[in-house]
Amino acid sequence: MKIIVAIKQVPERDAQIRIDTAGKWIEESGLQYALNESDAYALEEALQLKEKHGGEVVVLTAGPERVGPTIREALAKGADRAIHIDCADLGSRDALGVARLLAAALKPEAPDLVLTGLQSDDLGQGQTGVILAELLGLPHSSLILHVDKTDSGLTVKRELEEGWFQNIDLPTPAVLTIQSGGNKLRYATLMGIKRAKTKEVRTVPASELAVDSTLVAVLERVSLPQKQKSTQILPGNPKEAAAALVEKLKFEARVL
Amino acid sequence: MSGIYVVIEERDGRASRISWEAVAAGQKLATLAGQTVNAIVLGAQTEAIAAEVAAKAFAKVVRIEHPLLAAYTADGFTLALQQFIESDKPDYVVFPHTYQVRDYAPKLAARLGQVLIGDVTGFGDGPVFTRQLMQGRLNGSYRPTGNGPCFVSVQAGAFRADETQPGAAAISTFTPTIEPAQIRTKPSERFRGAAQTVDLGSAQLIVGVGRGIKDAANIPIAQDLATALGAELGASRPICDNGWLPMERQIGSSGQTISPKLYIAVGISGAIQHLVGIKGSQCVVAINKDADAPIFEAADYGIVGDLMEVVPALTEAVKAAQ
Repeated sequence: MKIIVAIKQVPERDAQIRIDTAGKWIEESGLQYALNESDAYALEEALQLKEKHGGEVVVLTAGPERVGPTIREALAKGADRAIHIDCADLGSRDALGVARLLAAALKPEAPDLVLTGLQSDDLGQGQTGVILAELLGLPHSSLILHVDKTDSGLTVKRELEEGWFQNIDLPTPAVLTIQSGGNKLRYATLMGIKRAKTKEVRTVPASELAVDSTLVAVLERVSLPQKQKSTQILPGNPKEAAAALVEKLKFEARVL
Repeated sequence: MSGIYVVIEERDGRASRISWEAVAAGQKLATLAGQTVNAIVLGAQTEAIAAEVAAKAFAKVVRIEHPLLAAYTADGFTLALQQFIESDKPDYVVFPHTYQVRDYAPKLAARLGQVLIGDVTGFGDGPVFTRQLMQGRLNGSYRPTGNGPCFVSVQAGAFRADETQPGAAAISTFTPTIEPAQIRTKPSERFRGAAQTVDLGSAQLIVGVGRGIKDAANIPIAQDLATALGAELGASRPICDNGWLPMERQIGSSGQTISPKLYIAVGISGAIQHLVGIKGSQCVVAINKDADAPIFEAADYGIVGDLMEVVPALTEAVKAAQ
């Protein structure tokens, strides 16, 4: 099975986020970046499918030069090779524009399966995989926790709301968006890190893919959420704050 | 062009609660944009739900009905809505932001050369739509610039279902053309996960643990607080994903919805998926090292600090007060 995993590099979860001077995006200088969490689960699912059924795992990502370490991390975990769409203006493209880039790079590979994470931790649109399927003319399913290969294609376990699940059969080739938590993530081994250095990373300039980048939605402004609720922050050292909180909970909120 | 359409999602034969929230959003958008608002119900048998929906202030309710829409599939729902939208050319299509909508609305929008502006929490003149970025730490304002219909889904809890206006709408039927071979996925019946032995839904005191706990070995710090309070221990999704606590203790949109007297969120940043699950709590306390964490927006009381120091201090203070 040839599997392509579309991954994204996003600001690290604990990173201090500041809005840029134009108020249109975040200040990127000095930010630490990491592999998007649900994409890590998509990669894990791909690596496990390869271990069971053989084949190849190719990671695909779009972004500026700084995505290099994220690609190496995926290769160190066990992906066979990578395609990097070199694109400095990823953030100013809309979901359709990004999916068009990925689809154009992915199509000549003719994969049996395309996996993406459910959503990115920065924009959180959760649309890339679903739009990719549409652009590639492939069936898809989203929020997938488990993938089984069958004689005719795949059986996947889809998460529904409030603790419900559903199994879905679909033919391959197909696109799946992977929910976090379905697998246990592996760490890169020292051997893996060493091997990653010699694996193929093919860089494709975004301009070479010649996709339509007309915007149909524009992120005009980024702002801090307005506080709607007045939260009482209890000051002091941990002991003082804890004692004050217990007082408040007993005598003001009356919940203890 | 013909106004705004709100796509109603069915749950157990009736319009789901979040669908009414989407209706409230659609009616507000109609006022802002000077448009009429209509509703769409989809399925194999839509007569009853159409009648339920028609008791609200819509210009019309459209039943998109076909035997192949009996079970939800992305292929079926996309084809049916695509055909209707191409024939009726709405300006806006408004959805509730549910797992089902996330599965097909981006596909539908892409097929028509548009994008879904998803998980919207509000809108203003333009119209410009607001949605959260960076796990709720920032808001982004999106302006649709396409020349086709604008697709928007609204976040659970962002609009008030009880603000829908009553009315008496005309009902019409649209029959899409769908061939069985066009539906490529075969869904099975829904099923529940492992038997729930922990009922967080009815617990009165709950301590929730998040990523800030850093390591499975630190879970007892939160457990000690829960024990001192006589509270149940819950968690945000990443803690259960890591296997540090069982899945049945997960609080949020994919886990349990809670409504305790007191909820203490320990090291939880407050992603929307978690916040929707704690909305019913009477009193929320947040303990987090990041003063800008979205959880503080949902909290009545907060302590900004290192949970490794604050939580043991709180456990002692609770014991001392007993």
